[in-house]
Amino acid sequence: MKDRTRLALLAGAAAVIAGFYAAACPRLPGFGTPHHPYGDRAVAAALAHHTANVVSSINFDLRALDTLGEESILFVTVLASTLLLRLARDERKATPRTERALPTTRLFGTVLLPVALVVGVYVIAHGQLTPGGGFQGGVILATALHLAYLAADYRVLERVRPLAALDVTDALGAVSFTALGLVGLAAGGAFLENVLPFGAFNQITSGGMVPLFNAAVGVEVGSGLIVLLAHFLDQAVEIHEDDETPEDEA
Amino acid sequence: MTAALPFLAAGWVLLIALYGLVTSRNLIHAIGCLAVAQSSTYLMLLGVGYRRGATAPVYGDLEPGSRPVVDPVVQALTLTDIVVGATVTALLLALTIQLRKRHGTVDPQALTALKG
Repeated sequence: MKDRTRLALLAGAAAVIAGFYAAACPRLPGFGTPHHPYGDRAVAAALAHHTANVVSSINFDLRALDTLGEESILFVTVLASTLLLRLARDERKATPRTERALPTTRLFGTVLLPVALVVGVYVIAHGQLTPGGGFQGGVILATALHLAYLAADYRVLERVRPLAALDVTDALGAVSFTALGLVGLAAGGAFLENVLPFGAFNQITSGGMVPLFNAAVGVEVGSGLIVLLAHFLDQAVEIHEDDETPEDEA
Repeated sequence: MTAALPFLAAGWVLLIALYGLVTSRNLIHAIGCLAVAQSSTYLMLLGVGYRRGATAPVYGDLEPGSRPVVDPVVQALTLTDIVVGATVTALLLALTIQLRKRHGTVDPQALTALKG
């Protein structure tokens, strides 16, 4: 298709989308309106279950089944990326070079790596009380580890990153979410039902199952993201193509 | 009309991203455009959930009932959206790496023939 035809098609389609969308917008509930029936009910439900962070309550209590699907997507993506980025027949692994970081960068990484890890654990553990939770804390944990790459080099990152163990941890995190869901079933409730005591409001033990789900997701996201980034970094740093057989792979 | 302005902004972001997707000559750039298209839905969702004079739906240091809060349901949806968007981006980037290895190009218009 020629560039001009493509643009003409887009212009036509965009005009239709823009027209219908603009016509639909004024009929949406007004911007900033005080009327939020679902929001109000969600807040009431979260407070009834002693969960201070309503967003966490929705994700890990009211709509826990959706979160199960969401973390399954995450797990499958890590699996698929591992499969796609594995070592091909015509590729070989080379030892990464030792790089020299600036002394200040090295100091920055050494000081901040443990701090970042603690912040990650804090964000996961307080997911039911303050903004945060398993997804956000897991990402902080995973990025914290990569400070080793920034402040030192790839070999140091490989030493602080036990990939084989993290692969298993990722799977265990995914499984434990389902296992926690089955606890509700075993206790005579429904799948993924919040059956634990709700605890005192605004305490770290409040929310019943919410902190446990948060922890499971935090472990899964943290290890999954490290594995995912490891495969991408391997492509850039370690894996080289063999020059002899460029067409052999097809 | 001004009341619908935030939603129209979301639509505008979507159209910009579609334009980028269609005219892109580089798959990495196209994946970036897809991420922009997805961020238009965040804008839309958060626009729907906004409530004037309200604060975050977190009662960590807020007396329940003392202030209105924005709609937490759409915020949870946005969180789901971000996680799924990030994973889709990762998968597409992995596919692009494979494509570059097999076909030696990341220009979608240079990919004409099927190849095993």
